[in-house]
Amino acid sequence: MPKIGVPRALLYYKYFPLWKTFFEGLGAEVVVSPPTNKRILNLGTETAESEACLPVKVFYGHALALKGEVDALFVPRVVSVEGKAYTCPKFLGLPDMIKALDDDLPPVLGTTFNLRQGWRRFFASIYELGSHLTRNPLKILRAFYNGARELKIFDQKLREGSLVPEALGETDFKNLANPTLTIGVVGHPYNIFDSYVSMNLVKRLHRRGAKVLTPEMVPPEAIEESISSLPKSLFWTYEKDVVGAIFYWLENNMVNGIIYMISFACGPDSLIQVLVEQEARKISPVPLMPLVIDEHSGEAGLVTRLEAFLDMIDRKRARVH
Amino acid sequence: MKVTFPHMGTIDSLLSDLFTRLEIDFLVPPKTSTKTISLGARYAPEFACFPLKVNIGNLIEGLDLGADTVAMVGGLGPCRFGFYAEVQNRVLRDIGYDFEMIVLEPPAIGMKIFLERCRRLAPKKSLWQIFQAVRIGWKKAVAVDEVEKRVLQTRAFERKKGDTTRAHRRALKVLSEAVTAEEIRSAREEALAIIDSVERREQDSLRVGIVGEFYILLEPFVNFGIEEYLGNEGIYLERSVYLTDWLNPGGKKPVFGTTREKIHHAAEPYLAHFVGGEGQDTIGHIVEWAREGFDGIIHFLPFTCMPEIIAKSIFPKIDRELDIPILSLVIDEQTGRAGVITRLEAFIDLMRNKRKKRLVAS
Ligand code: SF4
Ligand code: SF4
Repeated sequence: MPKIGVPRALLYYKYFPLWKTFFEGLGAEVVVSPPTNKRILNLGTETAESEACLPVKVFYGHALALKGEVDALFVPRVVSVEGKAYTCPKFLGLPDMIKALDDDLPPVLGTTFNLRQGWRRFFASIYELGSHLTRNPLKILRAFYNGARELKIFDQKLREGSLVPEALGETDFKNLANPTLTIGVVGHPYNIFDSYVSMNLVKRLHRRGAKVLTPEMVPPEAIEESISSLPKSLFWTYEKDVVGAIFYWLENNMVNGIIYMISFACGPDSLIQVLVEQEARKISPVPLMPLVIDEHSGEAGLVTRLEAFLDMIDRKRARVH
Repeated sequence: MKVTFPHMGTIDSLLSDLFTRLEIDFLVPPKTSTKTISLGARYAPEFACFPLKVNIGNLIEGLDLGADTVAMVGGLGPCRFGFYAEVQNRVLRDIGYDFEMIVLEPPAIGMKIFLERCRRLAPKKSLWQIFQAVRIGWKKAVAVDEVEKRVLQTRAFERKKGDTTRAHRRALKVLSEAVTAEEIRSAREEALAIIDSVERREQDSLRVGIVGEFYILLEPFVNFGIEEYLGNEGIYLERSVYLTDWLNPGGKKPVFGTTREKIHHAAEPYLAHFVGGEGQDTIGHIVEWAREGFDGIIHFLPFTCMPEIIAKSIFPKIDRELDIPILSLVIDEQTGRAGVITRLEAFIDLMRNKRKKRLVAS
């Protein structure tokens, strides 16, 4: 059985259920790299460009961790997941970046997925990817169909309030049942739900009695609706989720505070942050804290900032009551 | 209405020409300076890429001098440039400036949209008049680029230091006075002839290609006048992008030579997809120039620039497979000239030694 390696990083947090079902449906074994740890992070920071954003470095670490363990690495080039927008330039170059890394890496499956070019091309890509494992187009189609169904179930769970790790099978990663407050956490899921990278942000919030809302829980229509009033349409899909979720929560008064986790050197967020901060102020006085992380971020710094933020929210609420 | 705009290489000469044709009142912001950069760095988002910061500095300086309208080139992603105008608008309003912002989406997105936006700047002109002005102004801009390219190829051979730079100035003056298509045609000939008349000495010069993010390449103030520096060192230069190439990426005859398809094709084994900005072009040009036996590549990228970081991540593979040294220079508001020059000197030595070894071996 061929072993396909999936780095536990970047779009893993968005599409893994689809990928796993697809490859297994074609008779492959899917091997995921272990959760991020010090070794993986160091591997990544030592090999990636120093100016790259943290998530890309983490991805490098995971890809290297799979070296020697698998027959092929799955590093798709996800250009676009909807008609008019892009993901992030980094995703457009990812398979080539990984290939450039090291000649001894397993072969890279770097199929391009670009919905800007329509569904027909998209299915051609699916077929191209599947044909590494079988010549039977029906089998490929069925595997994709099953994968898409799994992804739908996954997305549904998220919409109903599960956190990403829980929906991915970490059953003990539950949201808080009896919260004293609700905090919206926005940013890229590969930062927020990589506990090593986010220094357990979500669990820390739970410990402080906060329930956590994430953009995955906001229905896509609501996201589109919330950002439709912006003068310039956003051309980065995953940033739309960030902006739309913030607007939605604020407009519907759903959170006591918002934490906006940003990776240092993230291109899209460096600009979106301006928009978010200006617009959020206009909608509601609910506090919003940007939290910039990189590989040197220390736990102590995070704890201090988090405590100060939550204390401020507590004081604010005490004043209201 | 008084229109201002951010500097980007020679875009000031292009826009001045166009606005004059259309009788639009405009104000060229002061030349980019350290003051511009510190203004930009103070008000622009901290983690924005460097060109945006400088642009914001230019606009502040333009608005302070009395402009009330900002013209800015737009874009559709995926790199940050497409979002610049939006952020500039927000940042400047937040500081308290009141102005109108007109985003000129590039003609590549649709000639009609482009012309209509231009029309907001020149409401009294018809679309046809605007089209004609753009068409003729464009010819001039291409000529300016061609002259610039010739300068890069000439300076290395000048007998008397400074001749090429002086000739360049004269050539631009000749071009700037041309108005009609006919005049532009003959001014172009004359301008190129002026550069060619620079007295030359034959010498065995290094050949270096300059690649990277377009803004840094085109704006001598932020790249520390590197082209002039290298030319004075006797180095023959080619550059991967000129202003008109950047404004019209689909152009059939780009000033840099060859075609973009060919460049992308050359990039394919290393970077098989467009990644925004000039990322894929950077790789393609390096591959081409390596094949042509260039002595080295200088790569410019603004700190955190996405497309160029992707390109830079590909360099290890290029290094394993092609024999061409690359010097990557990261630029932001903190970069100092001295550091850049030191690295350049070392790089020039490296290329010279390499060439010597090659000569000895053959
Ligand atoms: S969106 Fe930001 S953090 Fe994510 S890969 Fe792109 S630059 Fe990096
Ligand atoms: S190419 Fe680089 S520097 Fe230029 S806008 Fe894009 S990310 Fe910024």
